[in-house]
Amino acid sequence: MKRILPVIGLLVFAVPAWAASPGVSPQQFSWSWEGIFGTYDREQVQRGLEVFTTQCHSCHSLKYIRFRDLVAIGLSEDEAEALAAGYEVPGDLDEWGDETTKPAELQHTFPGPYRNDTEARALNNGALPPDLSLMVKARVDGANYIASLLMDPDYNQSEPDDNGLYHNPYFAGGSIAMAPPLYEGLLVDAEGNDMAVDELARDITAFLAWAAEPKLEDRKRMGMKVVLFLLVLTGLYYVLKRKIWANVEH
Amino acid sequence: MADFMNNGLVRWFDRRLPILSWTNHHLIDYPAPRNLNYMWNFGSLAGIALVIQIVTGIVLAMHYTPHADMAFDSVERIMRDVDYGWLMRYAHANGASFFFIVVYLHVFRGLYYGSYKAPREVLWWIGLVILLTMMATAFMGYVLPWGQMSFWAATVITNLLSALPFVGEPLVEWVWGGFSVENPTLVRFYALHFLLPFVIVGLVGLHLWALHHTKSGNPLGIDATGPQDSIRFHPYYTIKDAFGAGMFLLVFAVFLFYAPNYLGHPDNYIPADPLKTPAHIVPEWYFLPFYAILRAIPSKLGGAVAMALSIGILFLLPWLDTSRVRSAAFRPVFRWFFWILVIDIIVLGFVGANPPEGAWIVIGQIATAWYFLHFLILLPLIGWFERPRPLPASIATAVLEGSGSASSGRGAR
Repeated sequence: MKRILPVIGLLVFAVPAWAASPGVSPQQFSWSWEGIFGTYDREQVQRGLEVFTTQCHSCHSLKYIRFRDLVAIGLSEDEAEALAAGYEVPGDLDEWGDETTKPAELQHTFPGPYRNDTEARALNNGALPPDLSLMVKARVDGANYIASLLMDPDYNQSEPDDNGLYHNPYFAGGSIAMAPPLYEGLLVDAEGNDMAVDELARDITAFLAWAAEPKLEDRKRMGMKVVLFLLVLTGLYYVLKRKIWANVEH
Repeated sequence: MADFMNNGLVRWFDRRLPILSWTNHHLIDYPAPRNLNYMWNFGSLAGIALVIQIVTGIVLAMHYTPHADMAFDSVERIMRDVDYGWLMRYAHANGASFFFIVVYLHVFRGLYYGSYKAPREVLWWIGLVILLTMMATAFMGYVLPWGQMSFWAATVITNLLSALPFVGEPLVEWVWGGFSVENPTLVRFYALHFLLPFVIVGLVGLHLWALHHTKSGNPLGIDATGPQDSIRFHPYYTIKDAFGAGMFLLVFAVFLFYAPNYLGHPDNYIPADPLKTPAHIVPEWYFLPFYAILRAIPSKLGGAVAMALSIGILFLLPWLDTSRVRSAAFRPVFRWFFWILVIDIIVLGFVGANPPEGAWIVIGQIATAWYFLHFLILLPLIGWFERPRPLPASIATAVLEGSGSASSGRGAR
């Protein structure tokens, strides 16, 4: 047994499947959802939701999140319903066969800001703002990457270059089409003070981390039970194995 | 004979369909060498991994939509809206990695202890066919989420077929069902990904048939000479396999529940985009050494042939290894080269994970050359020139003298 474990360890840890990340390695933050007991900080994620709805959502979609999902981050059903009602989704055809719209309900996903990708590009200098639902899982070291990219001070003070791009060292290639989205005073905190860019960046990252992996808490809770069960079971197997083999020279 | 066979009803049934005495013969009274070490656990672990893949895979198939426009969304729906869908998908994705981990360790066990030598050549070949079928299954399964890596891995690998002279172009278009990787490719990969695991089940049956016909090898590499060399499979190896399964599931659970995306690639959470090539296209970790061999040869056809041969030559192993001694425990020179080969393959894995630039190209070519040198030149030569240590008279004598398990890797006196 002692000889097998290092071999398994070597095979598992020796070869991470991804190549080097393009762009500067992101700064490392500590996040509430890390570690085996990690959970999302509901208040932080809710503040992130506010950052999303007031700023990000004017260009980015969030197509895998339904309004009812927001109950999981601490909104009441009424609050989620009220938020949904502020958005319009396609309704039934009317009696003339014309398309209609209606207020969104709990079962609807966040409507995208554009009718289609072509419109999105046309209104964004040719660049397509990506959907944010999976962004944290779709980038190497995703949470740290997004937070670093959004709070970089030089980026946040930069002017666009001749191509309308902004310099950001964390973005692959170094030039990003997105104008710096966060600024001090975009939102106020519970005491009514202006929130700093760093706080806003951390909060939106927390929201996007939840959006990318909403089952994280269920997963870690179940993992604890499974691992403890397997430890006991395997321990019993080991004792039994020792007992059965006790009188056999091998 | 197990106790339940004394029951009259059992015997009545068994005279009409001898499934119970068959089970008794193969799983209970079956004589196994008494000195198997923990490296002999990986066969049963591979079986467990196969069952995990089939069970989780069938559940996923009930919720997945095999269409280029809907596959990615349907996977996210499984992750978010299907009850325990995240568990099924993470178990399936990590299960593939763990299937390869245990199978690779099983193969290395075979290489170390000479499991491919007479009379087990056919057993070894069936194992290699299982490995190849697994690789095809895993490759096609990785395409199904229709993320960026899915799409581009499918493009890179299927394009290799176009390197074949004359038939290449029409063949690759036939495989694609079009003029590039697109919806028809996805749908046929789905159909085959569903089919092949059951082909593997059949091959596993043949593998076990051949195993029970030739009987298990053992760390000493000598044949059993009598009943004193063997013990009953149950309870001795059933409990040992159960303990091994517990250990395996523990490591698996740690990845599944606490690092489910560690072995995956972030780019596969970006939907497939035929117009945007990822900066570095890399396969899953278990294909990296083969990918390195593919890229080591500066010719498309040459690379594809080398990659095919890297497994192909393993079929010739019973003759490439000229030594009559099976176990590396008694082969002082071979043992060194075995471990060098292991390191070489790990180096190939790193080369496969890195972009083919600078020193990685040279390292990849040297490591590839060494891989083939090992099997085609060194292995025959070592067999001729090496002086093996004396073999013990029997498993029982070695065991009773306290050096029999060879679990230390040095079974000789």
